[in-house]
Amino acid sequence: MKPIIQIENLHAGIDGVEILRGIDLTVMPGEVHAIMGPNGSGKSTLAQVLAGREDYEVSAGSVTYQGIDLLELSPEDRAREGVFLAFQYPVEIPGVSNTYFLRAALNAIRKHRGEPELGTVDFINLIKRKIQLMQMDESLVKRALNEGFSGGEKKRNEIFHMAVLEPTLAILDETDSGLDIDALRTVAEGVNRLRAESRGFLVITHYQRLLNYIVPDIVHVMVGGRIVRSGGKELALELEERGYADFETELAAAAAPAG
Amino acid sequence: MDSTILPTAERAAPAMAHTEPFLAAWQSLESRLNGAQPRPLKALRQAAVDRFAANGFPTPRLEDWRSTDVEAIYETRFAYRNAPGTVTEAELAPFRYAGCAQLVFVDGHYVPALSRLTELPAGIQAGSLAEALAAAPERVGGQLATLARMETPAQAFVALNTAFIRDGLYVAADRGAVAETPIQALFVSTGDDDGVCFPRNLVVADEASQLTVIETYATLGRGRHFTCGVTEALVGPGAVVDHYKVQKEQRSAFHVAALYVHQDRASTFDSHSVQHGGALVRNDWVAVLAGEGVSCTLNGLYVMAGEQHVDNHMLVEHVAPNCYSFELYKGILEEASSSVFNGRIFVHKGAQKTDAVQSNKNLLLSRQALAQSNPQLEIFADDVRCTHGSTVGQLDEEAVFYLRSRGIGDEAAKSILTYAFAADIVERIKPAPVREDLEAFLFQRLPDGDIVRMAAL
Repeated sequence: MKPIIQIENLHAGIDGVEILRGIDLTVMPGEVHAIMGPNGSGKSTLAQVLAGREDYEVSAGSVTYQGIDLLELSPEDRAREGVFLAFQYPVEIPGVSNTYFLRAALNAIRKHRGEPELGTVDFINLIKRKIQLMQMDESLVKRALNEGFSGGEKKRNEIFHMAVLEPTLAILDETDSGLDIDALRTVAEGVNRLRAESRGFLVITHYQRLLNYIVPDIVHVMVGGRIVRSGGKELALELEERGYADFETELAAAAAPAG
Repeated sequence: MDSTILPTAERAAPAMAHTEPFLAAWQSLESRLNGAQPRPLKALRQAAVDRFAANGFPTPRLEDWRSTDVEAIYETRFAYRNAPGTVTEAELAPFRYAGCAQLVFVDGHYVPALSRLTELPAGIQAGSLAEALAAAPERVGGQLATLARMETPAQAFVALNTAFIRDGLYVAADRGAVAETPIQALFVSTGDDDGVCFPRNLVVADEASQLTVIETYATLGRGRHFTCGVTEALVGPGAVVDHYKVQKEQRSAFHVAALYVHQDRASTFDSHSVQHGGALVRNDWVAVLAGEGVSCTLNGLYVMAGEQHVDNHMLVEHVAPNCYSFELYKGILEEASSSVFNGRIFVHKGAQKTDAVQSNKNLLLSRQALAQSNPQLEIFADDVRCTHGSTVGQLDEEAVFYLRSRGIGDEAAKSILTYAFAADIVERIKPAPVREDLEAFLFQRLPDGDIVRMAAL
């Protein structure tokens, strides 16, 4: 079985400051990986680099996505190849319909794959199915994209987008932050419904809480731009008790002789 | 610009020298009219031409014209139209707004055969100003030129328009009359030479009447034509007037216009100005909130490219207490286009509890584009709420990335965000044909517009 994504020795930064200092990570089909770490550890940078944010510079390493060099692709081509990033801060776009935007996005993806565009009726049926599947509030679907949405509504909407676009690799960037327990549960249930043998997830989170609902196959701890430890789901619980302080100390100790 | 470096003779050189071709044309037209006009109008035209001759064209040395140079206008020899050019229905059709009463003016002349006035209710009169003046010289003459100001050099184009008053839109709503059908005045300029016309529009809304007036300006020829217009709106107590102006003349045209609004107590005047035509465009808008409890909205959207220049000078005068004014002007500037927004709010001493909001936001889509924004608040009352803000910025990279991360191409993402920027003006336009016309323009104008069209709300 080929991995969905294979990240090797990835170094990346912004404005000459290196943030990712050698990431190695492989997600196999059907797996959910959680990446945990303190603020500033580079979790969100990894998400942005994988989605193709041009502000970041990759200085070393490789990212192979389904056999192709992901770093060569524009953000839109990555999306069209099946990479999806659920944003930590989704952007409000007035005047643009949440639903019709999705139709434009979905059709751009289908076109890229040589599939015919979805007609209005087929699209509306698809949206209806996804609304049901994700238990979306129908009014949100009809409104302008994220405009006036609460924090929780925005996160839910990201998951709704994911459900409609059906990515191969879904990256969730702190989708749980700022959510109350009900919203968290809804978001997690949405993700769980999308778990599939053909799909991989990279769930980035600061807190263990989300992982009570989205049970990961593998948990990685990221500190100082490196993955310092990987393990099973019980690692998340350990982190919850111990915090990140030990890892940071270990890392500082490890870094000291070199400096 | 430092004017002291200019030689004295040049500094003193008035733009008056440039008025001669205009004055000669005026003489020629005036003699041809041969007294075939109501007396009050003749006196008004004479006073205006005298004023224009004395003041000349405004120069950038005038504060109000600092950023807009009209040399290209006075250096052009315009052709004066004694009769409307030939226009076919097929040529006009794209500019007609469905479901509206339509008055068509070709090269400044009202053309009844192209106009459609059948749907107006009793108490609403809409037609040609010239005809209205001929039919009721005392009444209509008494309403005309009561608001427009042409004394100062900065107001020279109002004087010029007044000197050349011939025709324009006349709308009068009797007390309590309600026109549900919008009234569209469609001004088209024809010809491959450089024509000039001077539309003069007068809107009189009596107490508690309601009407919607749409001014559309368009080009059918290839000439660098010049539209020099003035609109006056007398809004009576409790009257509700919705006003739209859509300026879509060709990219080489000159367009200088003024709007004067006078509002009596508890009246509402809502205006939306859409500007994407013309090489050199200037609008001077003056709203006088004269009675208590008035609501006045002046919104606008300009979309400029190439070397187009648009200048909106707004003056809102709060004279009476407890009035509300709202201004939102948004600009999209591409290539080497430029804009000026000068928003003055003047709150008179007695205008307590004034609530005035003004905002000008500009989106620059190229490094060459330039937007100037000057809010001016002059407040002589002590219990008021006045806010203003202006922004000049580029597309938000984060937002572009957000859209691209969903599979939308780079160009389309930028177009979607540009459309989104304009959306809050688009959404405020009530008559569907005006709104849809603007949407269609944006979809056509923006790269990958078909994708924007698909995504639009």
